[in-house]
Amino acid sequence: MYRILEKEVLAPKIKLIKVDAPEICAGARPGQFVVFRIHEKGERIPLTIADSDPKSGLLTLVFQEVGKSTTELGMLNKGDTIQDMVGPLGTPRDIEKLDYVICVGGGVGVAPIYPEAKAYYRLGTRVVSLIGAQTKEMLIFKNRMEQVSDEIYFSTDDGSFGHKGFITEVLDDLLEKGPHPDEVIAIGPLLMMREASKVTAKYGVKTVVSLNTIMVDGTGMCGSCRVTVDSEVKFSCVEGPAFDGHKVDFDELIARQNRFLAEERLAMDRYLAGAGGCKCQ
Amino acid sequence: MSVKISKEKHEMPKQPADTRIKNFEEVALGYTPELAMAEAARCIQCPKKPCVAGCPVGIDIPEFIKLVAKGDFLGAAKKIKEKNSLPAMCGRVCPQESQCEAVCTLGKRGEPVAIGALERFCADYERIHGEPLAEMKTSDSSSGMVAVVGSGPAGLSCASELAKLGYRVVLFESLHATGGVLRYGIPEFRLPKSIVDKEVEYIKSQGVEIRLNVLVGTTVTVDELFEQGFDAVFLGTGAGLPYFLGIPGENLNGVYSANEFLTRANLMKAYLFPEYDTPIWVGKRVAVIGGGNVAMDSARTALRLGADEVTVVYRRSRTEMPARLEEIENAEEEGIKLMLLRNPVRILEDGEGWVKGMECIKMELGKPDDSGRRRPIPIPDSEFILDVDTVISAVGTNPNPLLIRTISGLALGRRGNVIADEQTGKTNIPGIFAGGDIVTGSATVIAAMGAGKLAAHGIDEYIRRKNGRGM
Repeated sequence: MYRILEKEVLAPKIKLIKVDAPEICAGARPGQFVVFRIHEKGERIPLTIADSDPKSGLLTLVFQEVGKSTTELGMLNKGDTIQDMVGPLGTPRDIEKLDYVICVGGGVGVAPIYPEAKAYYRLGTRVVSLIGAQTKEMLIFKNRMEQVSDEIYFSTDDGSFGHKGFITEVLDDLLEKGPHPDEVIAIGPLLMMREASKVTAKYGVKTVVSLNTIMVDGTGMCGSCRVTVDSEVKFSCVEGPAFDGHKVDFDELIARQNRFLAEERLAMDRYLAGAGGCKCQ
Repeated sequence: MSVKISKEKHEMPKQPADTRIKNFEEVALGYTPELAMAEAARCIQCPKKPCVAGCPVGIDIPEFIKLVAKGDFLGAAKKIKEKNSLPAMCGRVCPQESQCEAVCTLGKRGEPVAIGALERFCADYERIHGEPLAEMKTSDSSSGMVAVVGSGPAGLSCASELAKLGYRVVLFESLHATGGVLRYGIPEFRLPKSIVDKEVEYIKSQGVEIRLNVLVGTTVTVDELFEQGFDAVFLGTGAGLPYFLGIPGENLNGVYSANEFLTRANLMKAYLFPEYDTPIWVGKRVAVIGGGNVAMDSARTALRLGADEVTVVYRRSRTEMPARLEEIENAEEEGIKLMLLRNPVRILEDGEGWVKGMECIKMELGKPDDSGRRRPIPIPDSEFILDVDTVISAVGTNPNPLLIRTISGLALGRRGNVIADEQTGKTNIPGIFAGGDIVTGSATVIAAMGAGKLAAHGIDEYIRRKNGRGM
């Protein structure tokens, strides 16, 4: 059992929890993820680690309530437990001091980009962060990202904060002006990562994306997370989740993300109809 | 004595095919005590006991059968457990027809004694009628402490044997449940999970401590285990990575690896969706690629999940199929079609990212290849399209690299398997042992159990020498 020791609502439907998981925290490195299962009947869900503190043993996870399982996770409060959690999984990002990186985070993807920005910033790399959200209200990790960035830009779809439009437009502007960074790290919705990779390809700037594929075990056993990178099939859970954004077949991946759409809707409807047992009652 | 011995074995009662394809309950129902005693009476107690040599874990088969014939079922179960800690599982999934039963003296003139069915009967009888498991013994760590990695057949048998030898054993499992392939791979209708639970309970009662959700190599490294005081580490992590054919269309929606399909259904109980949260999608017409037990398990699972038509596509002929005969027969009885000497070339898309067919080519058999089986050769211009909307690829697995890539200097074979001594499980690194599919590549449950058991003795010898206690 993994106990939730802190909980914070970051934005509507976006929540942060800190879980007591000292064994996982001890070895966790930026770019890695955990797989958890809330209860006996739950599914195994992967989540990229947003932060880990080996001293306190607290693992920070940030998630958006999109389906039944994440909504159910959002119902848990401080003191509640998650039945199973395994990690850290995936190949950690090899972070070395560079001169300059740009971190592009979209939506809830800002959370997993934070440990990478932090690692670069601490090494003395110049970090410029670009944070996008639908609205000002949905913008998360603003303060945290400001603390690990030399410069920071924001965008919202409705223009309620920062640039009006997509964050990839800000990226395009910055790259056009130059100078070019050694690396762009983009984490967010697949469409955003695809667009960011297209933008950076124009300027020939190395780009790393972190893929949130559908997984079951998360340890290479099932191949559910397979993705085509540079015409080769890779298991995101073993060789990823970070890949060269210029080489990922995003269109295939976007189609693969819809594999269980009908089932996910059914589960959600059933849950909302009360079959899942609402805790408010 | 001149009692005539029936040439035919007593068949185990089974659920009728038309009933069982609508449920996930066990197909074979097991012997009644009367049937078991009648079958046991067929054993002629021949002095050479070829069956014992045919058993990878050396169960004293004639002895336990003699007890069954007398009606001492609990005594028989005890006799089996002297050599095999997991009899209810072995009785169900061991390929007895190529092991103990293959060499049975009766087999020369008729059908061999149904050893597997008898083993299963004894284990089931004990589970229901036997003494409840004793309180967990506190392990004696004075003989030493061993970390067993992976709770599949190799790990379970290694842990059990080490506990019997007096070691403190911690069994690490990366999933949320024990059993490895017994849990995620083999379906409920062939091996009920309650049986896996019970056999694991037995191993726990021997004093083995189980730690779930620990991926050795990342959650804790092997070096850290040694630092924590473990004297030896056994790697039983299996051949977990599914292999794909590398044909166009394999990443389309509606294409599963058998591992994904079966893990969703078995480990995650997706057949009970939406009561359980893990979804599984099966179309109307399913093709399963491969000819092994995993292909049969996938095909039969797809049928139970509601597919109208399931076809197994295999590139060689029936004779070369690696699946157990019993499983092929069960599958055919249930209406699964076998499409032999056919090989997939590509999977076709419906325009929206989903499968709409599979192009195959006809094959013929040439000369035997490295595996000793006749090599399938494509017949030019014989391509045709199979009308399917779901494809399950069951063409084998590779060793799982997650743990072994974290152990520097560990000697690996060409395919990424761990090189270990067959008799002792020793690897090139002192204190690290390995056995099961991680060493041999995909093989059988009992072979992995045999390797785990041998490695336990290899570990025992290693720790004794290390501690200067001799043999």
